[in-house]
Amino acid sequence: MNAELEKILKEAKESLAAATTPEDTENIRVNMLGKNGKLTMILRSMGSLSKEEKKELGAAANAAKRELEELLNEKVAAVKAAAQNAKLAMEKLDVTEPGTPVEFGAEHPLTVTTNELVKVFNQMGFTVVEGPEVETVWYNFDALNAPVNHPSRDMTDTFYFSENQLLRTHTSPDEVRTMQTMKPPFKVVIPGRCFRYDTPDATHSPMFHQMEGLVIGEGINMADLKGALDRFAKLMFGEHVKTRLRPSHFPFTEPSAEMDVSCFKCGGKGCNVCKGTGWIEILGCGMTHPHVIKAAGLDPEKYTGWAFGMGIERVAMLKYGVDDIRLFYENDMRFISQFK
Amino acid sequence: MLTPIKWLKDYVDINMNAEDLGNLMTTAGLEYEDQKKYGELIENVVVGKIEKIEKHPSADKLVVCQINVGGPENLQIVTGATNIYEGAIVPVALDNSRVPGPLHGHEKEEGGSVIKKGALRGVESNGMLCGPQELGWADKVAPYISKDGIWLLPEGEDRLGESIVSVFDLDQAVVDFGVTPNRPDWLSMLGIAREVKAFTGKPFNLKKPEVKAEGSGKAEDYISVEIRNPACRRYTARIITDVKIEQSPWWLQHRLMLAGMRPINNIVDITNFVMLEYGQPMHAFDISTVEDGKIIVDTAKDGDTFVTLDGKERKIYSDTLMINDGKKPIGIAGTMGGLNSEIEETTKTVILESANFDSSSIYHTSKKLNIRTEAQNRYTRGVSPAICAEAADRFCQLVEMVGAGKVVPGMVDIYPDPEVLPTTKVRVSRMNLVCGTNLDRDTMKGYLEKLDMKVEYTDSADVMLVTPPPTRRDMLEEVDYTEEIARMYGYDKIEYSIPKDNITVSVSKSWALRAQARRLMTGMGACEIQTYSFVSPKGVEKMGLSEDSWERNFLKLLNPLGEETSVMRTILTPNMLEVLARNLNRGNLQAKAFEIGNTFMPNLIDPNDMPNEELSMCIGIYGGDADFFRLKGMVEAFLDGMGIKDYKFTAESEYEPYHPGRCARISIGEEELGIMGEIHPSVAKNFEIEEKVYICELMFEKFLKLSENEKHYSPLPKFPSTERDIALVVDEDILVGDLEEAIKSCGGEILESVKMFDIYRGPQVGFGKKSIAFNLVYRAPEKTLTDDDVAKVHDVVLEALRNDYKATLREM
Repeated sequence: MNAELEKILKEAKESLAAATTPEDTENIRVNMLGKNGKLTMILRSMGSLSKEEKKELGAAANAAKRELEELLNEKVAAVKAAAQNAKLAMEKLDVTEPGTPVEFGAEHPLTVTTNELVKVFNQMGFTVVEGPEVETVWYNFDALNAPVNHPSRDMTDTFYFSENQLLRTHTSPDEVRTMQTMKPPFKVVIPGRCFRYDTPDATHSPMFHQMEGLVIGEGINMADLKGALDRFAKLMFGEHVKTRLRPSHFPFTEPSAEMDVSCFKCGGKGCNVCKGTGWIEILGCGMTHPHVIKAAGLDPEKYTGWAFGMGIERVAMLKYGVDDIRLFYENDMRFISQFK
Repeated sequence: MLTPIKWLKDYVDINMNAEDLGNLMTTAGLEYEDQKKYGELIENVVVGKIEKIEKHPSADKLVVCQINVGGPENLQIVTGATNIYEGAIVPVALDNSRVPGPLHGHEKEEGGSVIKKGALRGVESNGMLCGPQELGWADKVAPYISKDGIWLLPEGEDRLGESIVSVFDLDQAVVDFGVTPNRPDWLSMLGIAREVKAFTGKPFNLKKPEVKAEGSGKAEDYISVEIRNPACRRYTARIITDVKIEQSPWWLQHRLMLAGMRPINNIVDITNFVMLEYGQPMHAFDISTVEDGKIIVDTAKDGDTFVTLDGKERKIYSDTLMINDGKKPIGIAGTMGGLNSEIEETTKTVILESANFDSSSIYHTSKKLNIRTEAQNRYTRGVSPAICAEAADRFCQLVEMVGAGKVVPGMVDIYPDPEVLPTTKVRVSRMNLVCGTNLDRDTMKGYLEKLDMKVEYTDSADVMLVTPPPTRRDMLEEVDYTEEIARMYGYDKIEYSIPKDNITVSVSKSWALRAQARRLMTGMGACEIQTYSFVSPKGVEKMGLSEDSWERNFLKLLNPLGEETSVMRTILTPNMLEVLARNLNRGNLQAKAFEIGNTFMPNLIDPNDMPNEELSMCIGIYGGDADFFRLKGMVEAFLDGMGIKDYKFTAESEYEPYHPGRCARISIGEEELGIMGEIHPSVAKNFEIEEKVYICELMFEKFLKLSENEKHYSPLPKFPSTERDIALVVDEDILVGDLEEAIKSCGGEILESVKMFDIYRGPQVGFGKKSIAFNLVYRAPEKTLTDDDVAKVHDVVLEALRNDYKATLREM
């Protein structure tokens, strides 16, 4: 009987060695350990044997069974692994093929620029406020200390709906609106659409965007203006940029200034962006005129403040090197999608 | 303001080149805009005298000139110019010479143009006679007698053959300063010189003009002046007799040309010179045309007309201030003289007007009559009435200097209400408070005195009383002095400070929602567009909207640039369609675009009150995977993302811009939120779109109250769900939305969700029918549902569908 067992075990080992698929291993299992399997049959046939024979053969048969089961398990695992490897090999991809496109769009470059500016000013404690595109003459001119005969009031400069209503020519009217509604001290920026009577060309658009800023409080002075706007320029254009203020004139600020930043393209050596001067004019600013503070209903002796205004298109054009303002309003998808 | 450096040096002894001066004055607020160098690129151009002019043997339009250029032999030059004569002194470009150009009839060449000898129609020509433009002067400053021909030089006969650059001192630099509107005094050489003096500390040289007055009689013997309208603040007049009208001497012409004005004749040139020097506009009348020996300043009558110096007949009005003689108008005050009193070669006696007119009167005249002149520009910005007399004296001094006539003693000077500029209380503390400086009173006083202000101390150590010089009419109140002190101190010396404050940043809901909307839309692959707020009224017409539709109730501009931008947009769709059309035209095969922006409606309650400005949003797609349901999917995802709940789509077949069978209104309960669909093919065609385009316009303003962005947590289900898929065969006109509603209403509390996942049309269900498959998910929060639990509800659902929609159940 033992010889028989060894023969079966040998046969099983040989078949296992030859097995390559899960089916092969399953066949071997059935063949040996199944209901009618050869090893099962031997175990079953033991009933006719003597107690001693039973004990001897039983131990041998059970050992053979355990060994076979172990071998089978190993083989099953090996065959499975081989099968999986073969499948994986079949599934090999050319990973350099392009990915399946997932579309996402882009915000308009003027939005992108506005948001960048807003982000910088948010960091500096400025809150965004907004005002209407259609304004009154009082908010747009009178309250801003614009002389009665100022040419900007002409119908050749400003779009009117009536004697009293117009399209705002700057975001400055919302300085007055803000002073009327917010309690000082406050720091706000006011982005928005503005309109001037300009025929469109590469550098002019009858509609454009501005961002205004206003700080009102007690003891606010021109050194604060310099400090804040210098900080803004560095956050927006890089820590290395320098700023300078040049005296200028606006009806709604006094003292007034234009702020230049050192050319962020050439670093101040002179190039086509800064027209060789090393400086780029970036915004107008100044100490809010007492007449404006007063028109808004605050006491100019108690409150002082400063304001600035800049063209968002101008900033976007400088930053992205866009050479024609009309591109912003043509809305060619090939243009806009560059600002993803 | 064009500022010739050499001229400026008459008043301040600066030793600076144009660029250094420009940069220095920029720090004073007098912005250095540009500089121009004259006399550059001129080589081998000499002074010549035309000895002889003969006809060209074979060309009617050419002449052959013999030119004396100082050598033993004359130089033969052929020219086409017609303003030359024998004896004229002219610039001669010799063989191998260079001029800046442009050459007559040619483009300007970089680095100038080289002139070589040659032959013109067979006749040897050894160079070129030059016009002013060829030597680098702008057309508008070319001397009147030379403006379309050869430059007839006013002198130089004694220096034939010498370089034109040295004989005429052409080597000059001019700085162009940008003048801010608050500083009309900078529209004069003296105003600029005073500023340069203040900022360089150099002494200022200006002598009061001295007039010999060798004419006979007294000015008032010749003329009387009457001011009938207070818009004329002052009128001074002087009389010049024995006038000889001729070309001005070169130095005078040269200065005018450098400063951007055209030399005409000596009298006119001197008026312009004094205007440039003092900023005081002047006008000269021929006394022989002035009737009754009277000058009367008064307004015109509506309907009158008047012919100005330039020969144009102009309408004048009841607010047009005129200069009249005893019988008729002879000039428009501060704007332009009349043709009827113009200085001519025969003029013998001249009335010089040096007057002051109110800026607003001149401003309105220039607007109404549409005239812009140098005089009007200065009056509009404001001229000090204090300088009339001195400027008139300066005119007389120059007349005597150039020998243009004899000045009659005395001056007629009507100045009923002499201007007194305010003396202002200036506080040292206020200056330091506003500018963040720490300057003392003496320093401030020093700055102000450099600007010719008169400063008095008071008992208070904080207060100074300051009076400006007459030309500084912009100095009205304390803040004006703050700026002057800051300017003199130097903006660059003011410190940088970052004040500590505890101001916190807030974000408005509208701003946040727009940012959220842009994130959602770009995440879905759409690009943001921005279009004009003003549009053509044709846009909504092209959309097929009827005349009485609210979309055509526009807020209209009084003065649009053109029809294209004449009304404020009421909806965003027309602009979107235009943008999509443009993209299609340019070959962009597909696009997904959106815009968020204001729309405008006239105020219906009171049209004079502010109009309604409301945010709207438009989505537009074409090409690629664009179809109705693609857009609907985007809209649904967008609304979900915006926190809009319980919105529904209902079919709309009446709204003209859309395909009648492919349009849906979007609403929440009774509240309309927007509309979407496929644009009607005829409408698309009106926008020159041949493709299917899909548009959605949403009333974004309503999101401000509808959007619910608060996040809530509901516990994850503890018990398993049971799903049932059903397929219903129904008539084609049964709406999916209605079936869904029906299922929901019968599903009770245990119906967790219902989702349509397939529609089948075809032979298996028969014509006019469709099979719609839904997935229903049942779940109870507190237990596992048994089949019986589900069946109780599910059977009710099926029963309702059978009864109410004639739906038959199809095997899944």
